[in-house]
Amino acid sequence: MSALLNVKDMTHYFGGLRAVNNYNLNIEPKQITGLIGPNGAGKTTIFNLITGVYTPTKGNIHLQGENIKGLDTNKIAAKGLGRTFQNLALWRHMNVLDHIKMAHYSQLTYGLFGSFFNTPACRRQESEIRENAYRLLELFGVDQFADQLVGNLPYGAQRRVEMARAMATNPKILFLDEPTAGMTPDELVQMIKIIRQVHETFGVAIFLIEHRMKFVMELCEFIQTLVFGEIIAEGPPEEIQNNPEVIEAYLGKEDVT
Amino acid sequence: MEFVEKFKRMFSNVPMLGWLLGALTAVLIEYFFGYDYISYILQLPKIPVLFGTLIMLKEPMMIPSALAYDLIVYVLPILLVAKATAFATNPVAMLLEKIPLILSVILHLALFYLVLHVWAEINDYRELIVRLTMICIILTISINVINGYQGEFSCSHPGFMALGAYTCSILTLVLFVNDRMFGEALLPAWLGPWIFPFTLIAGGIVAALGSLLVAIPSFRTRGDYLAIISLAFLFIVKSAVENLQIIGGSRGMGGQPEYATLPVIFIWTILCIWIIHNFVTSIMGKALNAVRDDEAAAESMTVATRKTKMTAFMFGAFWAGIAGGLFAHVLSYINPGTFSINRLAEILAMVYFGGLNSIIGSIVGAVTINVLGEALRPLELFKWIIIPLILIFVMIFRPYGLISFKEINAKKLLRAKYKREQGA
Repeated sequence: MSALLNVKDMTHYFGGLRAVNNYNLNIEPKQITGLIGPNGAGKTTIFNLITGVYTPTKGNIHLQGENIKGLDTNKIAAKGLGRTFQNLALWRHMNVLDHIKMAHYSQLTYGLFGSFFNTPACRRQESEIRENAYRLLELFGVDQFADQLVGNLPYGAQRRVEMARAMATNPKILFLDEPTAGMTPDELVQMIKIIRQVHETFGVAIFLIEHRMKFVMELCEFIQTLVFGEIIAEGPPEEIQNNPEVIEAYLGKEDVT
Repeated sequence: MEFVEKFKRMFSNVPMLGWLLGALTAVLIEYFFGYDYISYILQLPKIPVLFGTLIMLKEPMMIPSALAYDLIVYVLPILLVAKATAFATNPVAMLLEKIPLILSVILHLALFYLVLHVWAEINDYRELIVRLTMICIILTISINVINGYQGEFSCSHPGFMALGAYTCSILTLVLFVNDRMFGEALLPAWLGPWIFPFTLIAGGIVAALGSLLVAIPSFRTRGDYLAIISLAFLFIVKSAVENLQIIGGSRGMGGQPEYATLPVIFIWTILCIWIIHNFVTSIMGKALNAVRDDEAAAESMTVATRKTKMTAFMFGAFWAGIAGGLFAHVLSYINPGTFSINRLAEILAMVYFGGLNSIIGSIVGAVTINVLGEALRPLELFKWIIIPLILIFVMIFRPYGLISFKEINAKKLLRAKYKREQGA
């Protein structure tokens, strides 16, 4: 299996409600994939299923050929699935630097007793992580906020912190859940730039949920359209853009630009 | 306010070393002249134990004398010596900055211990207060790990304390004491103080294991429900101990040798502060905050949330167990009533008063509530009106407690105040 991430026939029920039906996905290394669909179509559910928040009722998920279905979320994350959240999920009493440092958790090797007694190994690793965290902050242009609580940052900066945090887990695939929700057009352009930059510097594959067509069309190489938990169309952007079913189900009568 | 500013500026060049030196002078003055000269001249019946608060409340006529005593013995010597020696203490502090921080801290702590020892030496009552206060510091910091850093409202702390106290007491009684309950001592008594740390740690470990009963439900429950579970744990422990006749049941258990002397408790307190400080400032420990603030995000950022919760509970309970063991060996008697809901209220008051998510806050909270509790003793019933009132006011004006979300920065605390003076 050469695909980086392979989801096969994934189905999930919430009680009697079928939220996702026979979902298939293949993500190649470095590919940017988009998932679009109207509200309540089950996009975020798919994210949660793949990242292990829920365990799918049926189907299989393979990351680099390894079955990750049913593993704990933190284990899956450590294997290389980084994610951001639809509504920012930052830790409100922690400063920006600590956010990035925290995302290195799975890389810690000094153990509990190392942290109790502040052993040299612990100090060494903490300072390495600290340096790495600063590098990431610089890359995302938020290093000037390092000592501030996240709540005091402008919205766009908070989004960037969240992305920097996701990148600190050293992911192979980055899951972005509506990265531009609530952003101004300026911030949107900036976000596109940042995602491009991340894609190029880290060489990660990206899987994103988005509502803004401009954003999706510009970034994605491959797009899936989800309606009521089922894929109604998938393909390269131009194809999706002109697919009458998609236009009807999702975009209504509006022009696609 | 202007006066306060002026005062602050005047003493801004005094490093910690200077303050300690001032305090040492004060306690030495009290030690050598306190009774024979100063209280005699001021017509005080004896040395005021807690800065004269007791005598002030009992006999209002003595207020001027008691205040004068405080001024002569504490305020003036501390201020004068601190200011006068600033020329000498600053260069020393600068020198100390060059040696490893840990040595400098140990030196300062040794000096601080000296002050405390001389102060407590003067009166047995004082020594008891100091010992109990330090135990409360351990308790408060350890509950802060669970209620503050981890953000769960746990009510089982006295239960953890009881587990530690009973385990440790049983071990010392079996090993070193000839008593009715467990018979002949197994080891010679002189070994006692040396084995005592291990029995304490055993108590801590038992408490940590007991805490799993609360930690495991915490994977799935939060907030009010977990608070009720933890309260249930407290009652389980209490009634279990009440019904176990082999360890004295509700009559309690006495005769523990007084191993928990002032230096022993001091060392344990410092150890507790040091280890918990290391833990909560490391990434491993900050994971507690991440789980508290947003569990889903923590989980997605590779944080093992279950392990983190378990660590928080077991670690907090371990230190509560240590505190319990020390407590048993201070009073030489424990009974289940000691670890009741009253104790819980006291611990919670200290931690919420002092400040969540902060070690220094916990220390301030524990010391304030404890010393206040002792100082206001003559007011009897009114004490229980005044202290809760203070607590209510703190909650209104500082909802997270007096000093919350702040960590100790030893380097900043101990550094020389030389440069700042030149800069100004």
